Amino acid sequence: MKEILVIAEHRQNELRDITFEMLTLADRTAGGNYTISTVLLGGDTTGLDGKLSGMCDRLIVMNDPALADYSADAYLAVLSRLITDRKPSITLIGHTAMGMDLGPALAVRTGIPYASDCIALELDDGQLNVERQIYGGKINTHLKLKPADTYLAGIRPGNVEPMSAGDKSTQLLDVAAPEFSEGQRRQFIEYIEAAMEDVDIAAADILVSVGRGIGKPENIPVAESFAQKIGATLSCSRPVADEGWLPKSRQVGTSGKTVRPKVYIALGISGAYQHQAGMKNAQTIIAVNTDPAAPIFNVAHYGIVGNVMAVLPELEKHF
Amino acid sequence: MNIVVCVKQVPEVTDAELTISSDGSRILADDLEMDINEWDNYAVETAVRLKEAHGGTVTAVTMGDEDSEDVLRQALAMGADEAILIDDEDFEGSDAVGIARGLHAAIKDRPFDLLLAGVQSADNGWGQVGLVLAELLQRPYASLVVDVQVDGDRLTVQRELESNTLERVSLPLPAVLTIQSGANTPRYVSILGIRRVRNIDIEETDADDLGLDEDQIGVKSSSVQELKLSLPAMGEGAEMLTGSVEEICDQTARIIREKGGLQ
Repeated sequence: MKEILVIAEHRQNELRDITFEMLTLADRTAGGNYTISTVLLGGDTTGLDGKLSGMCDRLIVMNDPALADYSADAYLAVLSRLITDRKPSITLIGHTAMGMDLGPALAVRTGIPYASDCIALELDDGQLNVERQIYGGKINTHLKLKPADTYLAGIRPGNVEPMSAGDKSTQLLDVAAPEFSEGQRRQFIEYIEAAMEDVDIAAADILVSVGRGIGKPENIPVAESFAQKIGATLSCSRPVADEGWLPKSRQVGTSGKTVRPKVYIALGISGAYQHQAGMKNAQTIIAVNTDPAAPIFNVAHYGIVGNVMAVLPELEKHF
Repeated sequence: MNIVVCVKQVPEVTDAELTISSDGSRILADDLEMDINEWDNYAVETAVRLKEAHGGTVTAVTMGDEDSEDVLRQALAMGADEAILIDDEDFEGSDAVGIARGLHAAIKDRPFDLLLAGVQSADNGWGQVGLVLAELLQRPYASLVVDVQVDGDRLTVQRELESNTLERVSLPLPAVLTIQSGANTPRYVSILGIRRVRNIDIEETDADDLGLDEDQIGVKSSSVQELKLSLPAMGEGAEMLTGSVEEICDQTARIIREKGGLQ
């Protein structure tokens, strides 16, 4: 039977959520017509194997000290060999800091068609169709990849509700990694937890969160004053942190913090998927945005179409 | 340190209302403002700061029509020394590999120590071109870079990972880096600044000059074909609060009090 191959992702001895999301998507795409294999590269994956048991038909494990932490050169050498040898119908890789780093070079080295940041997949008689978003998530595009016997697809994280267990009988294949010591140019040094500058936004019951729609840094104190008045903590979306209007430690989202407050008040935040991934599990979400089509209204419970700076001073008077 | 930085002009869509034609074949939008791709702006700033600290030159390169000269002028005004415009309609419909082939052909004979690009573009968002270039150049690379330190003939960079975590890696020069937004604070470019660089010659080139044909670039070489466009599916959606500002704020305050457990 033909194969769908999932590249497992882990860091600091923990499998990343994207691994389970991809396995779920693989299972759905396979529809029983494809074998699902996972490849797990690491230094010592003993603690991780079991968590993948039942979720795929085959678990290919390669352990080597040089594969302990993700390294572009080593992963490229090992995975390009594996893909060339096995020719799976599709290889799934996360559109994550690891997969975004590895995917483009892997596709060029193996010479296979690659679509990154996919939100849906379909195998149409062996040919791959994908759906992805363009223009900051405002438009979806449906693409057909050119005929090939093997494809690489980068999968957007947080887009599939992952299964927590599976009932497949998983065959474990412990394989020696091929020789890859040559061409090791980039060296992993260490992980750094971003400094916690002042408060822990993940601990707040109520978050007042500001986005680009706040307009200018001079408006931040208006939101801060409102937050103080209602006993909330101030957080922000990526553009506000990128601009340096608030410290990075206040950023909600994939690369920042994941928060689950009782109330999340999104002020002028459009709601890019990376932001949604960090706040969609808040108990109540209230969003204020000038654009009625802003994606934030898809995850919000209550929406207000309007300018933050017009609404905020008025709202503060109600407390 | 000689640096090449890849830039792209993209439509500014943050505040734009985009719709699609009824047959789903094209995007309908009026008069979108064009601007330098946000990530590329951070890449140019990174390049100029490295030049200021270590000497050398910065060359900006873009692929696009004649209007793309604007992003090159912006890069020059920020401190780049030279600029290359690859202008040829034969590149239309190229995938990331086709674009990277054009950029590669334009810069491969130029001696450089470092090639920079933005992590991704705000329009198509493939996040591939810079890294495909690294593989074509057979150079070591790092993506999602937020900090660069030069240490002799090596770089130590910080990559942005998920969950408030960074990764420090080291790689030898010459190398390729893709720069993440927020890596620095790009300098402001005034109209006067643009005017000061208006007389700098921009090197123009095309597919023929670069020795590229339709098997390597453009629609024919592309590994993807667009079938149609659609608007993103709306979820259940929010309950929209309407009325006067006074009424809306009244309702909102009640919700915050109740759900937030406030008195």
